[in-house]
Amino acid sequence: MTTFFDELRDRFPDLVRSVEETVFDQVVILLNGPDVPAIVRHLLTVHQARIVTVFAEDRVNTEGVFYNYYVFDRPGDPSWVILKAPIPERFPSFPSLAAELPAINWQEREIQDWFGLEAVGHPNPRRVALHDNWPDVHPLRKSFPLDTVLPPFEGERHVYRPTYGEGVFQIPVGPVHAGIIEPGHFNFAVAGEPILYLQLRMFYTHKGTEKLFEKLPINRAVFLAESISGDSAFSHGAAFCQAVEKAAEIEVPARAQILRIILLELERIANHIADVGAIATDVGFVIANAHAGRMREFVLGLNETLTGSRVLRGMIAIGGVRRDWDTDQVEAIEKTIKVVEREFRDLVAIIQSSDSTRDRLEHTGILRPEKALTLGIVGVAGRASGVDCDIRRDHPYEAYSQLPFKVPVYRTGDVRHRMQVRIDEVGESIQMIRAAVALLPGGPHRAPTQPIPPGRCALSAVEGWRGEIVHWVRTGEGNRIERCKVKDPSINNWPAIVEAVEGNIIADFPVINKSFNLSYSGTDR
Amino acid sequence: MFKILQKSFSVGSATADYPNISPRLAKQFRGCPEFDFEIWRDARPAAEACPTGAIALHDSDGVRQVTVDYGRCIFCGECEAACTDGAVRMSRNFELAATDRRDLVLTAEYTLHPDGTHAGLQSAAIGTVLEEPGKRIAEAIQNLLGRSLAIRQVDAGSCNGCEQEIVALNNPVHDIERFGIHFVASPRHADMLLVTGPVTRNMELALRKTWAATPDPKVVVAVGACGISGGIFGTNYASMGGVDAVIPVDVYIPGCPPRPEALLHGILLALGKIWRRARSHPFK
Repeated sequence: MTTFFDELRDRFPDLVRSVEETVFDQVVILLNGPDVPAIVRHLLTVHQARIVTVFAEDRVNTEGVFYNYYVFDRPGDPSWVILKAPIPERFPSFPSLAAELPAINWQEREIQDWFGLEAVGHPNPRRVALHDNWPDVHPLRKSFPLDTVLPPFEGERHVYRPTYGEGVFQIPVGPVHAGIIEPGHFNFAVAGEPILYLQLRMFYTHKGTEKLFEKLPINRAVFLAESISGDSAFSHGAAFCQAVEKAAEIEVPARAQILRIILLELERIANHIADVGAIATDVGFVIANAHAGRMREFVLGLNETLTGSRVLRGMIAIGGVRRDWDTDQVEAIEKTIKVVEREFRDLVAIIQSSDSTRDRLEHTGILRPEKALTLGIVGVAGRASGVDCDIRRDHPYEAYSQLPFKVPVYRTGDVRHRMQVRIDEVGESIQMIRAAVALLPGGPHRAPTQPIPPGRCALSAVEGWRGEIVHWVRTGEGNRIERCKVKDPSINNWPAIVEAVEGNIIADFPVINKSFNLSYSGTDR
Repeated sequence: MFKILQKSFSVGSATADYPNISPRLAKQFRGCPEFDFEIWRDARPAAEACPTGAIALHDSDGVRQVTVDYGRCIFCGECEAACTDGAVRMSRNFELAATDRRDLVLTAEYTLHPDGTHAGLQSAAIGTVLEEPGKRIAEAIQNLLGRSLAIRQVDAGSCNGCEQEIVALNNPVHDIERFGIHFVASPRHADMLLVTGPVTRNMELALRKTWAATPDPKVVVAVGACGISGGIFGTNYASMGGVDAVIPVDVYIPGCPPRPEALLHGILLALGKIWRRARSHPFK
């Protein structure tokens, strides 16, 4: 790693200041200023790195600066590379990379909205994380109190780009949708049936989550992490706990690591089964959803046996898990997954036997591999479009390195392949759970609780069922969190929907949207 | 086609018969915490452990008031784990829906000791006995709605946990349609709004408009700790707290998220309300 740092310092002697390697799987490269484009280009081209996330932190009170953090993943390198760029309070701006790196388009604008740091040269600098009718506030600045009462909002929430042309219509949808789903606004421009252009307005469910983390006692913060996106409660909880564990150098006992893996994979199975059923429903094949819904109940029942909660809440804890399992509970795992395995095989056969269903799914909502790569698409949607990336394999956490598994990758990027990735992953997860149960060692299920030292930072990533979940924390005084950055895979993947729907008929929008199944709450926080 | 029919026949009926038969709960299932106010000597550890502030202490003039708000509780079990005198126990009770927000709050008053413990329960006000769903309510639906209730679900800012369980109401196991209840795509077709929260600043207007678009008589059900009180998000610059901060609420369903049977319990309870309210409606 030193050679990597030396190389960067030789190439960018004025920019690169020092390197910190306090956490075992991350290299933090401290820069002298916010002028990062050249070094980022170097990482992207010479090192073939992938940008994971960019986020900011307000350190004005303590260090007189803001920091921007750029996180990269280098192929074949298990360490995360983090560029830490100070931004002086007097010049609250940084050069935008969004024009050449569309993957961080929204995330740079989020920094603009929440921190008041201008992304200079951004191709579309309009607000994203605050709606247009919000007053001029920057909630993640330390000077902004959490309980600020904002005046009533006035004016337009968002001005959509006009779409002109003979026979071109705009169809507004949302924020209250027709199904039982989360709120967001879609503005379709259509010419007859085909969709010409889709504009999204998200952040309707913004509830101040990252601000809430600040000053929150760490034990309580775990529960807030579970509420970032309810369908990924355990994955987000695990990502948060891992970040704190890395920061505080807490060793998670071997047994707890395996228990976590089993629960992470159960969360994946339950959600993938639901998605497979829901995709079938959206093309009118409801019997498949009936079976999927029934099957999902088996998994949720097992969840309840293992954690006391159908959706795995209240189980993850700093240092391990809150409750250990007895032999009956461990035996229940095999009993259930055996049934699920058989039932799921039948479900897949039923779906594949329906020509009309296949016909609706094939070549619908195509996200081409080049686009997926440029937009930085992750998770299921990425793997269906040739993006061969899975945190469990590339940056193994818990005991994932001990488990054999295959990462399914397809290249067509249509709804069928997004469904196929899920189908393959359910099979892999079932085998992983079996292997994990066989490995399950004795010993404690939780490391002894200890005070968390202040001022420590760490990044952690978890391959949630939807994709890469990243948490970055800075610990504070008195067992509290000073800053927690949350990146749900949904924020990467929303722009993919815009791409995928183009040219498709509007009646196929629900199934395309469902094949991505992104979290609004995870995006909006 | 043959495969599909064969599968359906081999599975048979998957539907559970709640509320006539209690659901099969795992041994480990956590319902709400229950409190033995008589033996409670120190509420501080439980209050300290509670992530949502559902257990709150108010000490003044040698008197300690302890309040427990099931409208904030997320059933995590931390209070039981923290409580040293065995006064808090996680129960298996999930049928907590109430028509009055105050019914979800328990209050107890004690003599406060200088060392921070307390004793001598002076008074305990415990919410009214929760109404039972069942035949009476089934009759109510029959009478008023001819076995048809239309629900419009509104996510006013939730984490989508409650949505997961609401979706599960439609699966063959919980099968809410067996009561003649179905989810509709527009508030204009709805008799009931099933609202999850916390209500964000950005969803406030949409929620008000949805409510206004729903024809009278209508019933509003607030779902989950966040829908009732703002839950772990509480009230902040972006969150307005519970649904009743924005529109009037008829029934509250605690949980995080409430399991499908708890949702059914609350919806059936609300139907009793629709019956009462329609009778007193000037146009009926």
